[in-house]
Amino acid sequence: MTDYTKPLPKSDPVTAPFWDSLRRKAVEVQCCEDCNQFLFYPRAHCPACGSRALTWKPVSGRGTIYTMTIVEKTGNRNFKQDCPYVVALVELEEGCRMMSNIIDVTPAPQDVRIGMPVEIVYDAVTDDVTLPKFRPVAG
Amino acid sequence: MNDARQAAVVGVAESDDIGIVPDKSTLQLQGEASLNALTDAGLTLKDVDGLFTAGFRTTEVAEYLGIQPRYFDGTHVGGSSFVVHLGHAAAAIASGRIEVALIVHGESGRSGIGLPASGSSPQGMEGQFEHPYGMPGAPGAYAMACARHMHQYGTTHEQLAEIAVAARKWAQLNERAFKRDPLSIDDVMASPIISWPFRKLDCCLVTDAAGAVVLTSTQRAKDLDARAVRVIGWGEGHDHQIISQMPDLTSGPGRISGPDAFAMAGVAHDDIDVAQIYDSFTYTVLTTLEDIGFCNKGEGGDFVSGGRIAPGGDLALNTSGGGLSYTHPGMFGIFTIIECVRQLRGSFSSQGQRQIENAKIGLVHGTGGKLSATGTAILAVE
Ligand SMILES: [Zn+2]
Repeated sequence: MTDYTKPLPKSDPVTAPFWDSLRRKAVEVQCCEDCNQFLFYPRAHCPACGSRALTWKPVSGRGTIYTMTIVEKTGNRNFKQDCPYVVALVELEEGCRMMSNIIDVTPAPQDVRIGMPVEIVYDAVTDDVTLPKFRPVAG
Repeated sequence: MNDARQAAVVGVAESDDIGIVPDKSTLQLQGEASLNALTDAGLTLKDVDGLFTAGFRTTEVAEYLGIQPRYFDGTHVGGSSFVVHLGHAAAAIASGRIEVALIVHGESGRSGIGLPASGSSPQGMEGQFEHPYGMPGAPGAYAMACARHMHQYGTTHEQLAEIAVAARKWAQLNERAFKRDPLSIDDVMASPIISWPFRKLDCCLVTDAAGAVVLTSTQRAKDLDARAVRVIGWGEGHDHQIISQMPDLTSGPGRISGPDAFAMAGVAHDDIDVAQIYDSFTYTVLTTLEDIGFCNKGEGGDFVSGGRIAPGGDLALNTSGGGLSYTHPGMFGIFTIIECVRQLRGSFSSQGQRQIENAKIGLVHGTGGKLSATGTAILAVE
């Protein structure tokens, strides 16, 4: 059992490979065989071209902060004790974006910025769920 | 369009009380607004054959009100729903399907009495890909979009503050506005950060209130005492649900609904005498002005600066005080219509500065979800 109290994702048949890859610490994202775009979140077809020919591919886990907010106050009781914290959209090197937290950084606008290079951290919050978090790339 | 079947607004009203109303439920507030708007139109519940509502099912609202509509639309796209409903109601009237449409919305947003059920599944896309990171709902989503706009176009917090200050100046002219004390740009800048870059005074109020709008055909309107305001153009659009899927974080579906409404109405931006644009956050107004074409993308900050949208400015915007200072029970869109109709009717002519002299053409715009959906409509009087 776990004492983790925050919302946990529940996978479905299409999204399960993503969550499974995180547990193996080797993040995989779908890529379209017809238009060569990576897509996120996982789907049964490519939203760019409609193709159903999608392949799961390992991605680098590196990217940049596309945009972000620093949460100072929230009505969500599960996260109140974490304030301030950073919620960001990370643009992966492969081109798709995913929401995550930026960790290992002072949650202040002068220390965490749009365009900043970040890399994935595998946060095994329960035995079943590993969340992708990101931290600034050292140096 | 057949002019006789063109739709016109003939009644608008709020609930009896707005602000903090701890002794009334959400449905009660909606009932009050509905009866008040029908009275304003010179009509009764028995006349209503079309019902448009969001949040509750149309069946729940119809049952509570005591009406049996032959046409109903529960399109629920957040705060934009009611401007979208305005277009749908106008279309239903134009086609001859109905004679009298009632659009109603309100919430016990502050007191929390009898709110419709809400919640989302951990297996939904928001549940899987946003909620685990502590995404703080609307403020966080709009803040993320705003941060990207500031990064990409150099939009400043002072420019956002201009929008809150202008809204407050209008609210000071509205005796029903919830917040009427003086407000400066420095006050906005000094208010605590909620979800950076948003400060407290970038965010809308949370109140208890309801509003309702009654439409009929221009032909039927001739038999009523109420001054009719014609619906001459409308548009709607949506391009995502959750913020991480927004195609361009700096531009929303107003770029669809705005041009469609202007094209249908056959008017230009310079023709707009008064505009009511959903202000869930200061940024919502700024990006909407760009999306619907009052200025180019990236120029919204300049557009609102120097008091240009405050009383006495170039564009009379959110003359009620808006969601930032007047009222905001949960989904504000219905109130944009109410204020626009009152301006076009000259309802404030005895109240001095709030009335936009000789206003003939007005624009209303709703934004819903996480910048997800919009409705734009253009209203006119002769
Ligand atoms: Zn494709």
